[in-house]
Formats: sequence, structure tokens, C-alpha cells
Amino acid sequence: MGILEAILLTVITAATPLVLASIGELVTERAGVLNLGVEGMMIMGAVLAFAATQATGSPYVGILAGIAGGALFSLLFGFLTLTLVANQVATGLALTILGLGLSGQIGEPYVGMSGTKLPQIAIPLLSDIPYLGPILFKQDLIFYISIALVVGVNWFLFRSRAGLKMRAIGDNHASAHALGIGVIRTRYLAVLFGGACAGLAGAQLSLVYTPQWVENMSAGRGWIALALVVFASWRPWRVLAGGYLFGFVSISQLHAQALGLGIPSQFLSALPYLATVVVLVLISHNRRMTLVNTPASLGRPFVPDR
Amino acid sequence: MRIELEKRPRPSTFYAVLSPFIALALTVIVGGIMFWMLGKDPLGALYSFFVEPLLDVWSLHEIAIKAAPLILIGVGLSVCYRSNNWNIGAEGQFIMGAIAGSIVPVVFHDWHSPLVLPLMLIFGMIGGALYAGIPAFLKANMNTNEILSSLMLVYIAQLFLDWIVRGPWRSPEGYNFPVTRNFAPEAVLPEILASGRTNLGFVFAIVAALLIWFMMRYTLKGFEITVLGQSERAGRFAGFSSRRMIWFSMLLSGALAGLAGIAEVSGNINKLQPIISPGYGFTAIIVAFLGRLNPIGVIVAGLVLALTYVGGEAVQLTLSVSDKVTRVFQGLLLFFVLSCDTLILYRIRIVLSGRTAAMAQGGAE
Repeated sequence: MGILEAILLTVITAATPLVLASIGELVTERAGVLNLGVEGMMIMGAVLAFAATQATGSPYVGILAGIAGGALFSLLFGFLTLTLVANQVATGLALTILGLGLSGQIGEPYVGMSGTKLPQIAIPLLSDIPYLGPILFKQDLIFYISIALVVGVNWFLFRSRAGLKMRAIGDNHASAHALGIGVIRTRYLAVLFGGACAGLAGAQLSLVYTPQWVENMSAGRGWIALALVVFASWRPWRVLAGGYLFGFVSISQLHAQALGLGIPSQFLSALPYLATVVVLVLISHNRRMTLVNTPASLGRPFVPDR
Repeated sequence: MRIELEKRPRPSTFYAVLSPFIALALTVIVGGIMFWMLGKDPLGALYSFFVEPLLDVWSLHEIAIKAAPLILIGVGLSVCYRSNNWNIGAEGQFIMGAIAGSIVPVVFHDWHSPLVLPLMLIFGMIGGALYAGIPAFLKANMNTNEILSSLMLVYIAQLFLDWIVRGPWRSPEGYNFPVTRNFAPEAVLPEILASGRTNLGFVFAIVAALLIWFMMRYTLKGFEITVLGQSERAGRFAGFSSRRMIWFSMLLSGALAGLAGIAEVSGNINKLQPIISPGYGFTAIIVAFLGRLNPIGVIVAGLVLALTYVGGEAVQLTLSVSDKVTRVFQGLLLFFVLSCDTLILYRIRIVLSGRTAAMAQGGAE
């Protein structure tokens, strides 16, 4: 296997958690809810996936635990912001702070333990294609899910009736409510979906990216995922493109560090964060475009008048 | 069964005062359950977490030392959040303030003068304000979301600090440890009480909180902050500029976070090292909300959150639970604060669904 293939494989591994967390948050935000707790849900998914894998020996149980953990954690956010109409920005921050603390507490006994890596699944025939086969069709389950989710979410939002309703809620919850669409119910589901995706992204970190538990191992990826949703202007395909762009940036800085170009490693490590800011600026400086793309009810509280 | 909210005709002053206390009580209860699940005696653990630190002089000083940065940052953030500018990068502004303020004692370490300390404090504020100026500029001129940009800058600041103490500023006498040289005595914030380590930083915090309280309450600027925060449109009609408010609130909170940073480094650590904050910039977000975005409330909230740091260290020693307990407590507290604030604007009713209620009635007949 050539060096290029090796690099592409690491890019995929780095991009998958970003794609997963962003596609989940994209659905949440399309329903008009801004959940800034992605980082917290992701890290909870990571620690629970690792713990469940250690307990059962099966990384597939770990995946399920990660998804369930992220989803349950997002339910806390849903209850506060949807039922109790708490401030979404503040509650999202609370979710992140609590998640980072709680995961450290839960993960304490697992620090330094070597984990189980999620096995790769070669798809028959397709994985035999020269060059492309081993890269795209000899991957782990979570990668396949991430691609399927992007395709599925795109279909759901723009080709299905339920997706249309969800977008309507995100753009104008009062009108959607007047039309008899269950605003709160749909938003709960969207928040749950976002949580499950973030949990799965966390599971990828502790089962594939680095198969072990390290405190704060999400290292800001949840926040980068939030930025990716803006970058993607709330379109699923662009989430895929953005996720891979960022995967490429973070991997190339790692390779640059290994090459030892004389640039301090801290500057290279800062690149993904710097790139996030730059990309945000480029994408949002056109005020009108941003206004057109952003779900109009995003972050606004909704109390049904009965 | 479902929960319904019914808007109160006017915000309840009763719950506005009571809600932080309900939140604290709930945090203590859930915290007790957590200790019980960890196999510790819950009452004993809660006692050594929340009460014991209040009983001896040494811990009281520790609380004051930790409350100082929390209050300084917290009051700045409360102005930001009131004006609807979501600066969540105070941790980065804290670090940049600490670095900028340390230029004097590290780079010009041969210069001895009574001016050293005032210059450090001014540099610290400028450093923090400039760093907060980045998301402010990006929001005001490039329409970029300040939440994400200010947070990303935290990671960059942490890496920059790591580089500077390992690289150019590493102490020649530090036995190769990643630290700068120790600050000279005239670069250290003086202690204010004979009984312990509390330094001038605590005074800065109280004075800053009182000044901002005065500004919010008695000046036009305070009114402008509140109006623009509640309705940008209304603010525009009153001739207030939301763009100027972005700059004002971000620079103010950045300067206060920078001051907190240099005060912490000068008064408490006496040098720069790779990690100078146990997450003060993030904990201050909780402080701002627990204090209900009111500067006087922020003083009380800062002391409470400082207690969670000191109490956390105490149970770590006495009960051998990990230091993560503190973070969990802080997270829980913010959750409960936010949920209890609902009580101020709404009446909460638990409604049994119509069908169930009818069936229950039918069963009774």
C-alpha cells in the first residue's frame, strides 16, 4: 500500500467523527434548535462506548452504548430547552461542561487501558477495485454508517414529507404550530437524533481513531462540528465535503509535525482551530447569503399557546 | 402526563430571588446521590465538600483566591450575555492577558521599579481585550458567529502559552522545566490580610463588580446594554448601535478576563507555566448565570463556585474521589440554575392527559 493510500485512510478516520456529529447537529438545527452541547454528547459517547466494549468485549455493543449515551444526554438538553424553555445557548454550554466532567469521572478506571479496535469489514467485490477498493470499501462499520447517514438525511430533509415539515418548523415554528404540526415533538426527535449521532461520533473516537480512553479526547471536535454546519450552510452534502476538508487539515498537520519542518508543533496543532475560524469568516461574511440559509427560528424559544 | 408552561403576567420576583437557592439545593441532593453511588457516605462527603472549607482560615483564603478570577471574568460575561453577545472564550482571554502582562517581568526582568506591577496589570487588560477584539471584529464586520470563533481562540491561546513557556520564555534557571523565570518581588501582587494568602486580586474583583453594578443600574450605558440585549430593534429605534455594543461588551469582558489572568499569574503562581487555569474562563460562565447576570449576584456566585473548587480538593484528599467531582458539580449546578429560571417567567403545571383523567374519573364512579 502506497503512502498516498495510507494518508487517505487516516483522513477518512479523522473526518468520520466530524461528519457524524455535524450531520446530527444539522438535523437538530434544521428543526430550529441550536444545541451547543455537541462536545459534551460526543465525549459521553466516547467514554460509554469504551466502557461497554471493555465490559462485554464487543465493540459493537460499544457502538450501541455510545449512541444510547449521546441520545440520553441530549434528552437532558431537550427537556430543559423544549419543555422548560431554558436558554438554548446556555443549556448547550451546560451540557458540554457536565459532559466533560461526567465523562472524566466515568472514565477514571479506564485511563491507560488498551482498547479494542473496531474491525474492518471488506465489502465483497467492491473492495477488490484497485486503489479505491481498499480505501472506501474496506472500512469499519461506523464509516459506512456515516456515509449512509449523509445520504439518508439528504433524502429525508428534501424528499420526504416529514422532512418538509421539519424544515417548516425550523423556519417558522409559529406557522408550523398553527398548521397542526407537532413542533415540540418533532424537535425532541431532532435533538435525540443529533445526540445519537454525536454519541456515535464519540464511539468512533474511542473505538477507531485512538482505541483507548483519554480524558477530553474529543479535543474541540464537537465545536468544529458545529462550525461545519454553518460552513455547510445546513446542506448535508456540504457537511461531507467540509468534514473531509477538516480531516485533511488535521491529518496534514500531523504529518507536518512528523516531518519536523522546523515549525513549532504547537503552531501546527493550532491549524484546525485556526482553519475553523477562517472558514467561518469566509462563509458568513456575506450577510444576505447567511440570512437565506440559516433556519429562521434557530435558537428561538417556542411556547405553544393552548 | 405532560408538563405545561403558563406565562406569568409579570416575572415573579419571589422566584427570581429563590431560584438560585433551589438550584443549589438540588445540586447538593444530586451530588449526595452521586457520592452514595461512588460508595462514599453521602452526608459526610457533602459536609467535607461544602461545609468544612468554610471552617478554617486557610481554606477561606483559598476560596477568596479562586473567587477573584471567577468574579472578574463573571461580571464581564454578565455584561456580554445581557447585551446578547455570547463570548465563551474568556479562558483564552485569561491566558492572553496573563501572557501580555508577563512581558514586563519575564522579558524585562532586569528592570526594577514600582511601575512594574501597574504596567503588568495594564498590559494584562490590553492583552485580554485585544484577544476578545478578534471575535468582536469578526462579528461586527464579518458577521461571524462569536460563540464559535471565541471558543476556537481558546485552543489557540492554550497552544500559544504552551509554546512560549517551552520555547522563547523558558527559564534558564528552570532545570529544563517548561516554566518562565519566577517573577521578581515587585512583580507579585501583594497580599492584603495578615492571616493568609488572599491577594489584591480579590479587591480588584469586588471593585470591578461594584463598578459594573453601578454602570448597569445608574448609567445610560447600562440601559443601552439591557435594551439592546432584549430587543435589538427597540435599541436601534432608541439610537443605540448594536455594532458598537459588540465592541464594548467584548472588549470589556476581555479586559476583565485579561486582568484576572495576570492577577492570577502574578498573585498566585508567580510565573508562567503550560497550564495556569483550572478552567476559570468556563466556570465563570456558570458564575454569570448563577448570579443571574447581576454583578452583585456574581460576587456571591463566584464565592460559591470557588467553594466547589476548594471542596473538590478537600474530598479528593479525605475520600480519595477524583478531582472530576468538581466539574460534575459545576455542570449540575448550571443545569439546575437554568431549569429553575423557568419558574421566574412561567408557572409550571403537570397535566394528566385528558383521556387518562377521564378514565380515572370513570373508574371512581
